[in-house]
Amino acid sequence: MMKKLWTLFWTFAKVGVMTFGGGYAMLPILQREVVEKKGWATDEELTDYFAIGQCTPGVIAVNTATFVGQKYAGIAGGIVATLGVVFPSLVIISALAKVITAYAHLAWVQHAFAGIRVCVCVLIFNAVLKLVKGAMKDAWCWGIFGVILVLSLVIDVSPILYVVAAGLAGVVLQAVKGREKK
Amino acid sequence: MTYLLLFYEYFKTGLFAVGGGMATLPFLYDMSARHPDWFTTAQIADMLAVSESTPGPIGVNMATYVGFQVGGVLGAVIATIGLITPSIIVILIIAAFLRSFRDSRIVQSVFYGLRPASAAMVAAAGLSVAAVALLNSGAAGLALVNWKAVALAAVLLVLTRWVKPTKGLHPILFILASAVVGVVFSF
Repeated sequence: MMKKLWTLFWTFAKVGVMTFGGGYAMLPILQREVVEKKGWATDEELTDYFAIGQCTPGVIAVNTATFVGQKYAGIAGGIVATLGVVFPSLVIISALAKVITAYAHLAWVQHAFAGIRVCVCVLIFNAVLKLVKGAMKDAWCWGIFGVILVLSLVIDVSPILYVVAAGLAGVVLQAVKGREKK
Repeated sequence: MTYLLLFYEYFKTGLFAVGGGMATLPFLYDMSARHPDWFTTAQIADMLAVSESTPGPIGVNMATYVGFQVGGVLGAVIATIGLITPSIIVILIIAAFLRSFRDSRIVQSVFYGLRPASAAMVAAAGLSVAAVALLNSGAAGLALVNWKAVALAAVLLVLTRWVKPTKGLHPILFILASAVVGVVFSF
């Protein structure tokens, strides 16, 4: 059992190191490490985990790691695989943050980050387009999008409120639409 | 006490941010509004850029970075554990009855409403980043717009969306190029 958990931890640490950016970037790496090399899950299962990981709370990479880990080695496996996937981030970012803080006052560093911020805007914009593509099933979805966008720009309340309200709205809208069909 | 608060904030983020790492962004803005001594909104954009350019899932990297900013290495560990704890609990429960979860009509209805909301919140966070990156604070009229930044944004948008050979390139390359442009043209 210990050996199983150890293998899980290192495999997912490896997956963590090789993932750059969003969780989507992780899929081909998971396919190679988990499906082809280790045989812990099938391609189909992995796609399922990914789909569920995308629509359940939390970071997709973490959710998928928990899924694969628990399938291979139960609850302990789920926890260990998840710790493995976040381990490289902890080490790398902690080391890097120190360096960045030390040089943050230099003029050229500030110019560099001002340029980077512009790039971040564009990257977020592209991410939103991707999210929108997957989210808009009909006009009602655009309605929810518009309302939440305006509300989050105008008033200052916790995002949790919007998440709960939108979930409820989804249930109500689907129920009403279901009744209309009959 | 700060560590406890950090864990609580990130536990909430992990529990309510739906749709991957970028979806944690609105929660960071919420955090910086309520804990102004932790980090500023301008820092969020920088942390996001670093998180996108370093190995590891972006949501995890941001949690680590925020945690480090607030409380050093221990803070980084605590924020990250806060972020992943709800995931582990939720996924372990779902894994126990995978099929019925996926086929449940009520679950599908909830996500039907949730996905557009999540996209909208990320869009709002993106606009906050844009306000910092593309506008000059404290100016009015045409001077309000940072034209150098807008020009760079336009070029990046074209390169990441429409130009075939550059469209598929890794974001890290665009981030590095933007840093160079920022230094050369003193943004």
